[in-house]
Amino acid sequence: MALLQISEPGQSPQPHQRKHAVGIDLGTTNSLVATVRSGMAEVLADEQGRELLPSVAHYTSMGVSCVGHEAAEHNVSDPLNTLASVKRLMGRGLVDVKSFGDQLPYEFAADDGGMPKIKTMAGLVSPIQVSAEILRKLAGRAEIAFDSMLDGAVITVPAYFDEAQRQATKDAATLAGIKVLRLLNEPTAAAIAYGLDQDQDQERIIAIYDLGGGTFDISILRLSKGVFEVLATGGDSALGGDDFDHAIADWLRRQIGMGENLDPIEQRTLLETAKSAKEELTVAEQAELDVFDWQGTITRPIMHSLIDDLIDKTLRACKRSLRDAGLNTASISNVILVGGSTRTPRVGEKVAELFGREPLCNLDPDQVVAMGAALQAEVLVGNKSGDDMLLLDVIPLSLGVETMGGLIEKIIHRNTTIPVAKAQEFTTFKDGQTAMAIHILQGERELASDCRSLARFDLRGIPPMVAGAAKIRVAYQVDADGLLSVSARELTSNVESRIEVKPSYGLGEEEITNMLQDSFSNAREDMQARALREQQVEADRMIEDLLAAIYKDGDALLDSEERRCLKVAIEELRELRETTKEHRPLARQIESVAKASEEFAARRMDASIRSALAGQSLDEIDKG
Amino acid sequence: MAITMTSAAEQHVVKHLEHRAKGMGIRLGVRTTGCSGLSYVLEFVDDAAAEDQVFLCGDVKLIIDPKSLLYLDGTELDYVKEGLNEGFEFKNPNVKDECGCGESFHI
Repeated sequence: MALLQISEPGQSPQPHQRKHAVGIDLGTTNSLVATVRSGMAEVLADEQGRELLPSVAHYTSMGVSCVGHEAAEHNVSDPLNTLASVKRLMGRGLVDVKSFGDQLPYEFAADDGGMPKIKTMAGLVSPIQVSAEILRKLAGRAEIAFDSMLDGAVITVPAYFDEAQRQATKDAATLAGIKVLRLLNEPTAAAIAYGLDQDQDQERIIAIYDLGGGTFDISILRLSKGVFEVLATGGDSALGGDDFDHAIADWLRRQIGMGENLDPIEQRTLLETAKSAKEELTVAEQAELDVFDWQGTITRPIMHSLIDDLIDKTLRACKRSLRDAGLNTASISNVILVGGSTRTPRVGEKVAELFGREPLCNLDPDQVVAMGAALQAEVLVGNKSGDDMLLLDVIPLSLGVETMGGLIEKIIHRNTTIPVAKAQEFTTFKDGQTAMAIHILQGERELASDCRSLARFDLRGIPPMVAGAAKIRVAYQVDADGLLSVSARELTSNVESRIEVKPSYGLGEEEITNMLQDSFSNAREDMQARALREQQVEADRMIEDLLAAIYKDGDALLDSEERRCLKVAIEELRELRETTKEHRPLARQIESVAKASEEFAARRMDASIRSALAGQSLDEIDKG
Repeated sequence: MAITMTSAAEQHVVKHLEHRAKGMGIRLGVRTTGCSGLSYVLEFVDDAAAEDQVFLCGDVKLIIDPKSLLYLDGTELDYVKEGLNEGFEFKNPNVKDECGCGESFHI
């Protein structure tokens, strides 16, 4: 039985034409699924009425045995086969993953392609497979609620996710049989849930403060004409509401007079007591405690004294991000609270104090990201009229190609709105060159070695031509999910080669932020390095050209003194090119070699014209 | 001739109208399509047409065009939860049979 929803005027769907779309917040600790009913975003609960699905899957020798709440129960008894927090591993390389060793209890191994996998009783399991199980569970919940197949989903990812992490998320959805309408940045989803995208006339800057159980993210977005642009991201991947519980539990332990070495059961009891006290204090001024035959009271001021340091840490990250974006608190038009831990009133108070304005918090902070994703999904699946809102995102880091001398030529600049396609023409560097290596890079620095290598491929079969004659068009295309494909085509012969960028390893969140910061703090050095490399490339080209010319025409056109002078000039240039760290002396030397060889070049030009004209009548030359 | 709605339906309509922050009521209607002839329309109304009939149900205006009223006379709009699935349902005494999905019907 299909139940009806209220549509906008004139937009009642045809029978069986209504598309079913959801928004999925695929979280580190918990995940949610939401949909739009009669114009309102609502989170879908399971049969037991639970909205949050723990992002956990449990594996046995038979494969995956359960997902969500049931899986989380195996956490203590079977930690190695109970896979949680895999979001931290998505799109990462084995090296990155091994560096999390102390955070996650799993044993890692590489598969044939070098992708990290987790050793379980069911064999090697990739983070993508675990995410797919979670997505499948949520999609199943939605299909029961719709009594119909799912037409598509918008899945949210952190703003700092790079290409590899986004691709991994998309792969997980594909594996789960879900059509991805779009990947959406989590802070952008939160802003949509509050309807901030609806007021398109006004440019505004929005701060999204997202404090979860174990992670803290701050994002600064600019919204202008329906386009969200990420100005800065920051945070702490190991700070969250769980740390509040630990701080309170530690206080509790000292009050009771227990030692520091607790057994796991004592520890868990204290933590649970602390957690429920924290929750009680979100509404009450004080909470009564009764644990291990000890009775006492915790008041809000006591709790504040325990957690203020932790909150201050998040506020410092906010200030850093504002500084990165070149903004101050006065330029922020809206502050949004996201994440269950922002329910602690003290968090809202201190955030309001920092930004000098009351944050938006009337929507459930656990649900707001999924709700925004659902609203976006409703538009993308075609249930709302098309011009209503077409939400655009921007790419977080510039995409470019390596050029001679190890420099990066940016093809698509940071903060360009997506989808986008851009192309640039390149040429060959040497005579008779028949292949060209295309090295795709991501980053803001000037030298290829300082940027992140995404992929490499070769364009082969270029017809042999003199250096500079071939025209190679390198086209970059980024689709609406921020995924990149690159093609290279030689225009005279139409030989083409292309690649979908599916990088096999990834960067840490911090590294992404650092990459951006490095590009600012190293701007001057980068500029000099680029200038030097450019001159080095120029010097190499000149040395090679001159030597080739002397080899070919030196005997005929130069006397021995002229030849000696040129050789000396070339040697001096070669030596300076190897030793100098400054581009200016090198540029001067190149210029002086060019001067010294001017006469030789002129004679070669004359000689080649003479030989071209030899044997032709005047008529033929006139016609030409 | 009249149409009505249950208190569950009324509650949900009020909630959705408040969330939408505009609109004078909701429109019930039928149009000819679907696998078995006719299908229901359920929409927010910003401006009623001159020929529309309006039925007041609690504080909510139910708006219907005269042609649809012929097919919907005596209908009660309900709000139903079936497991995880929930939404509005037309309880229409004029229906002779409907397609399995309930989205379209025949008189």
